[in-house]
Amino acid sequence: MPTTAEPVAVKAASLELAGIELAFGNNKVLRGVDLAVPAGQTACVIGPSGSGKSTLLRATNRLLEPDAGDIVLGGASVLKSNPDELRRRIGMVFQHFNLFPHKTVLDNITLPLRKIKKLGTEEAAVAARRQLDLVGLREKASARPGNLSGGQQQRVAIARALAMEPEVMLFDEATSALDPELVKGVLALMADLASAGMTMIVVTHEMGFARQVADQVAFMDRGVVVESGPPEKLFTAAESPRLQQFLSQVL
Amino acid sequence: MDIWSTLNDTFLDWESMKAVLPEMLKVGLVNTLVLAAASVVLGTVLGMIVAVMGLSRRRWLRWPAKVYTDIFRGMPAILTILLIGQGLSPITRHWWGPNPYPLGILALSLIAAAYIGEIFRSGIQSVEKGQLEAARALGFTYPAGMSLVVIPQGVRRVLPALVNQFIALVKESSLVYFLGLLASQRELFRIGQDAAATNGNLSPLLLAGLFYLVITVPLTHLVNYFDRRLREGRPAEPEVEELVHADHR
Repeated sequence: MPTTAEPVAVKAASLELAGIELAFGNNKVLRGVDLAVPAGQTACVIGPSGSGKSTLLRATNRLLEPDAGDIVLGGASVLKSNPDELRRRIGMVFQHFNLFPHKTVLDNITLPLRKIKKLGTEEAAVAARRQLDLVGLREKASARPGNLSGGQQQRVAIARALAMEPEVMLFDEATSALDPELVKGVLALMADLASAGMTMIVVTHEMGFARQVADQVAFMDRGVVVESGPPEKLFTAAESPRLQQFLSQVL
Repeated sequence: MDIWSTLNDTFLDWESMKAVLPEMLKVGLVNTLVLAAASVVLGTVLGMIVAVMGLSRRRWLRWPAKVYTDIFRGMPAILTILLIGQGLSPITRHWWGPNPYPLGILALSLIAAAYIGEIFRSGIQSVEKGQLEAARALGFTYPAGMSLVVIPQGVRRVLPALVNQFIALVKESSLVYFLGLLASQRELFRIGQDAAATNGNLSPLLLAGLFYLVITVPLTHLVNYFDRRLREGRPAEPEVEELVHADHR
């Protein structure tokens, strides 16, 4: 379980999405999404399947290129700059972990450090071990991802993203693929990260996590943010009928 | 006529086998291994290029790879070897004389590259999309993500098929005989055939066959080894829980 070590200092930046639109062919998945996350805050994005939550995360780090709108990171638009540079500033954690199965746990973390940050082998290993300490998995450094539990794999994936020292972290249903008993450990790690002052956008079905950890909750449906605000307001005094209906189904 | 003694005279003439054995070892085996090894290396490199081109998002790269594969996979090997080996030799003889090996190796490699390209392509395509996505999310460029993350996994998955292709190359290397070989250039098949003609029986060819088996049978065991390792090393199947949640999205 995470983590007795103190989280490292994070250098978080604010992130603002303005009028993001994105279509797959004729299918408009995002129809003008606005979401502003001040530095060090956590926004949880909730909503039904197919509402565009995961697509929004991929538009944020330009894995999918938005058709319209703007992405402002740390006060500057990043839509025109090199997307590879942008992604080095934004960490992302996936539903299915996506660790590299042909590499050991340690090499999963050192590979981007060596090849992208150009750290030396030894330096990268030291940084990677420190991240593994933070997620409580130092003893798994030489294991293969396939030999870890889902929860352990996801914590390694978080460590891999954090090792790049991102200014923002994106979580795409990070616990949806986990056995129920493993969910807690990953959520606790995410909560630690939030309280350490990371800027985070968390797409989740875990309403308890959203309620406790989020500074802001955004409810998405059919490609737009229908309603957003502090969790206590959203969960107890939802205004829009669609959110009321959604909450009645999931809570 | 006694069937057994006829077969015996044809295939098991120990004297003619013994006579040709030294030449088989020193000339034939060496030449076959040189032909096969050179074609394996060149064919694998070319095959990887064809595969990466075939997977490109750019049509002007994909299209030539497809045409190339169709042509070299679709024609009989012997025809390609003659077209290239004889057809180009008036040009290349200025560089390395009438030696048929360079063009023979080129032809074998071009044929192999068409098959190996398809093998690599299917392997690379079988790697989950999330792998490239994760690499790109970390900040890897497309070429870096492919070469560091996707291609190594894809190649691992097709090692058995790749070794099968190498076995085929060892056998196909005998076809360079159609290009005309000097005594010192003869490979296993040609030496066996020549000796069979002089002795009036097929025993030297049977010996050549045994030599091919000495090369290819260990390779088939290598295939099995890779196959076993792949199966054992594969991560566990997703649990039911995971599938339920995935549906839930």
